[in-house]
Amino acid sequence: MADEREPGRGSVHPSVHVDGEVVATKRVGGYRHLTLTAPGVPERFRAGNFVAVSVEGHVARRALWVHRVRASSAFGPTLDVVVEARGSGTAWLAAQPVGARIAITGPLGRPFALPKDAVSCLLVGEGYAAAPLFPLAERLRERGCAVSLVVSAPDEARLLSALEARRSARSVTVLTADGSVGQRGTVADHADDLVRRSDADVVYAAGPHAVLRSAAAAAERAGAWSQVAVEVPTPCGTGLCHGCPLPVVGEDGVERVVRACAEGPVVRGDRVRWDDL
Amino acid sequence: MSALTSAGLPGPVMVASGCGGTGRELEPYAGPEGLVGLDLVTRSITLDARAGGPGPRVVEVPGGLVNAVGLPNPGLEHFLATELPWLVRAGARVLVSIAGSTMGEYADLARRLSRAPGVAGLEVNVGAPDEVGAGLFEVREPFHSASVIAAVRREFPSDRPVLAKLRPDVSRIVEGARSCHEAGATAVVIGNAVPAAFPDGRAGGLSGPAVAPIALRCVAEVHRALPDLPTVGCGGVHDLRSANAYLDAGASAVQVGTALLHDPTTVARLRAALAPAAGTGPGRRPVPDPRPEENR
Repeated sequence: MADEREPGRGSVHPSVHVDGEVVATKRVGGYRHLTLTAPGVPERFRAGNFVAVSVEGHVARRALWVHRVRASSAFGPTLDVVVEARGSGTAWLAAQPVGARIAITGPLGRPFALPKDAVSCLLVGEGYAAAPLFPLAERLRERGCAVSLVVSAPDEARLLSALEARRSARSVTVLTADGSVGQRGTVADHADDLVRRSDADVVYAAGPHAVLRSAAAAAERAGAWSQVAVEVPTPCGTGLCHGCPLPVVGEDGVERVVRACAEGPVVRGDRVRWDDL
Repeated sequence: MSALTSAGLPGPVMVASGCGGTGRELEPYAGPEGLVGLDLVTRSITLDARAGGPGPRVVEVPGGLVNAVGLPNPGLEHFLATELPWLVRAGARVLVSIAGSTMGEYADLARRLSRAPGVAGLEVNVGAPDEVGAGLFEVREPFHSASVIAAVRREFPSDRPVLAKLRPDVSRIVEGARSCHEAGATAVVIGNAVPAAFPDGRAGGLSGPAVAPIALRCVAEVHRALPDLPTVGCGGVHDLRSANAYLDAGASAVQVGTALLHDPTTVARLRAALAPAAGTGPGRRPVPDPRPEENR
């Protein structure tokens, strides 16, 4: 588990820093979906990895979850990212037209661990940060796992479409806080019920900290494992700057602060010191 | 042959302290040779492990980053047992950055590192941007840094370099560099992050392209006043032009820091462009940058 001192990580699929290109761009609700080429990145990708991209005029990089990877397309292997324009950097990114060149580093971070057996899995995500659950659902289905997917959002505009995921998931639940689509409520409201109904052995969560925390807590109450993809600002994304502290408890019971980008972003939910985050 | 080369440091491109992770994270981007022969200054190592400060540790400002990372590191013991052997095996030329809260801690660190196999030299972190906040020995006057350097020098073999990393304070830099030189520093690294504040007023240090003109002025003044003291330019180095600005101002080498956070391949590109084969001496021949400015 997340221990910065653990040797041997990162050597199996070394990340690359490449010039990518925007090959498609599409506005979906409040988000912008970009399809990018990034030679070597889709090939190395595992669900839960992220990419760091350069933004014009900015020193720090923007970390983006990978929503989908295509092994082949008219442009070769591609990856899809979901951009929410929240500041000048992400606004620039969201405005990039087809053909724009973007420096991309990836795949970065520890991916979701996959169960060896065909167990029941509950995947809970909120907003754009739910993106990594979609490639995860595909991997889990390939392993014969029963996947229950929950996509939630404050409102419809910030809901990632679960349409395509219906192929990978046994059941799909849509939650919106304002009830504009699907069931009304938040993940915290429904977490225990969702874990019980899916009979989950493993709960995977991706989204804001409150979502991760309630999913991890519900998993623990039900005796299930949980893995959470924690999003904190990552200035470099590569582990070089130590600028993305993630407070955890190690397997030895010792409190540590690890790098979200290098020892995370996916960690066991019961290991995160949520109050210190 | 530059003064640093004769002091056992080929340069002219080094990885700045705190921007190379543990070294391992840099390897995938280090080019065909990997870390072999790369002058890598480690993040600052303290006697005891440090968890580092709370978030946000790094925020972006126009032209750079403000940081208060708080020197997270596993402590000397663990560094010697794990990170150092890995770096040595990877072929890096390891300069260990050391930081302490007292002069005695600096001396302890130097003594124990002098016995560790594979330590090519030391870089003494003096004049960090927020040393009080970080619990480090406070350097207000040049004699403070000089006494730290002297304490380190006494414990560390004279055939291996001790670099003093100084605050790029234009009004004091010549005085500070001279004191460190007299105290036995092989070279001075100019400089540390510039004392600055986060948008919320918290103390931190500014790094990146914004500080390059400040550090360059310091390097030029030190070189003019102390031509025999090798200097290492650090601040905003991200391409050949910014590196050559320091080298032309008299620096013997440059360190790449913040640029690695933006493009982790920066060191590999600069190493290739500034390799001795590319010019008559280390870094002095202007060569076209393979990737000019495009990411800035």
